[in-house]
Amino acid sequence: MTEEIIIAGFGGQGVLSMGKILAYSGMMKDLEVSWMPAYGPEMRGGTANVTVIVSQERINSPVLKMYDTAIILNQQSMDKFQKSVKPGGILIYDNNGIIHPPTRTDIDIYLIEANKVAIQMKNTKVFNMVVLGAFLKVKPIVNLDDVDKGLKKSLPERHHHLVALNEEAIRAGMEAVKLQQKAQ
Amino acid sequence: MGELRLMKGNEAIAEAAIRCGCDAYFGYPITPQSEILEYLTLENPEPKTGMVVLQAESEIAAINMVYGSSACGKKAMTSSSSPGISLKQEGISYIAGAELPALIVNVVRGGPGLGTIQPSQSDYFQSVKGGGHGDYKLIVLAPNSVQEQYDFVALGFELAFKYRNPVLMLSDGAIGQMMEKVELTDYIPRLTNEEVIKRTGSWATHGKPEYRKHNIVTSLNLQPEPQEQHNHHLQAKYKEIEENELRYEKFQCEDAEYVFVAYGTSSRLCQKAIQLGREKGLKLGIIRPITLFPYPSKPIKKAAKKVKAFLSVEMSAGQMVEDVRLAVNGKRPVEHYGRYGGMIPMPDEILEAMEELIAKVEKKAQKKAEKKAKKKAEKKAKKEQK
Repeated sequence: MTEEIIIAGFGGQGVLSMGKILAYSGMMKDLEVSWMPAYGPEMRGGTANVTVIVSQERINSPVLKMYDTAIILNQQSMDKFQKSVKPGGILIYDNNGIIHPPTRTDIDIYLIEANKVAIQMKNTKVFNMVVLGAFLKVKPIVNLDDVDKGLKKSLPERHHHLVALNEEAIRAGMEAVKLQQKAQ
Repeated sequence: MGELRLMKGNEAIAEAAIRCGCDAYFGYPITPQSEILEYLTLENPEPKTGMVVLQAESEIAAINMVYGSSACGKKAMTSSSSPGISLKQEGISYIAGAELPALIVNVVRGGPGLGTIQPSQSDYFQSVKGGGHGDYKLIVLAPNSVQEQYDFVALGFELAFKYRNPVLMLSDGAIGQMMEKVELTDYIPRLTNEEVIKRTGSWATHGKPEYRKHNIVTSLNLQPEPQEQHNHHLQAKYKEIEENELRYEKFQCEDAEYVFVAYGTSSRLCQKAIQLGREKGLKLGIIRPITLFPYPSKPIKKAAKKVKAFLSVEMSAGQMVEDVRLAVNGKRPVEHYGRYGGMIPMPDEILEAMEELIAKVEKKAQKKAEKKAKKKAEKKAKKEQK
């Protein structure tokens, strides 16, 4: 099993940390992982993206042109990465701020209104965990237990009381994700 | 198995330094390697291991602090990225001239000048063909994973002390910034002052005992004759390093007809290209230099006997390709493919470049075969006429 994922959105949305938690969770399951950010003079409000690869085998290239799954969280990223999903692959997106929804018909498209869910939870900071939940529902490459361990490993101890809240957000994401279109 | 951690390449270097008993780190921030200094500052190893971590006032100051520390027999290191490494060249040449052990890390970014902050491999010439002035060589290690970034710190120090020669770890922004699994090793305590004297007493400056003459650490010699002698000695040492310390890796070369030569990040990209190519039935392999000095010229020369052509892939305009050509010495076509200025070539574009090379080589071979067949036919016709 090899899962090649791109997560893309605005800086500040938690794109990089979501990737990190996913990578950590994979590591907890004894899988090989790589986390490669597109780094640059990026800042809050700019675009941010990260390539995460989780595999049973040794990972060669940490950067790719085509992905199994694209998680897209703003319009710029939609424009840039919609075409980078392998045919038959998966695109998950939040429609908040999306003017041009995805148009491809050869991939599975899922909608996660993560922003809405996070607002309902009265904590917009868990936005990225809602998205992670959506992804894990669609592609259960790691289970909640691994994520739990991954969270504990990636968060400093003083933040461990937040693990439960994050878990709640992941569950909410798992419930809220909707299949919009099946690949034809 | 040691503790596993998900780390950035830069963080791995810093953690390795603390764990391998490094005495001192001197640095100055520059993207994409600032995490080394940041991590060490946050970890603050001094109260625990006694390791000194200091942000110097400049890159030049940092390398000269390393010069001073290693003159005292200490395990000292510095790190920077391309423009900062250029600033350090004078100091590196002095350290090489004075025959001191030191570890220098270059997390390369796009150039020339201030360039970009994205990954590149355009400092190859600077690393293996001089960089500073004078006839000197660095031992150059080229990691291609976060684990190797970690492992090569201890290895670098080991080689530096074995040969009393500066070691350069030539990384790049991609490996520095990416996160992978790292298996950590146990803490090795720093050497005590007595142990340092025992290990380096014959050359380092830590106070003159009564039983021997004082040690002098210098790269200056006003007489040309002894300086020539010193250079002879250095060249003999580099030869010994070439004989003993070559490291390289071959991947899927057993049946390969076309072979990539690539180091660092590029070697990982090529491995993916090989995977994609093999799915199409192309017999591809890679020779990956791990040490860039010494360079694996002999294995490449040997491979040239059965390989049809080589493609050197670098994130540069074509630097290492010259060494591949020297090794192959005209026996087979050697071409270069690269992106530069901070761009990373994608595995499929590397495969396309390889396919172009294959088409070219095969077209040439076909033409040659056709010509040969035609000549043969003509000869036969002539014979029949007679």
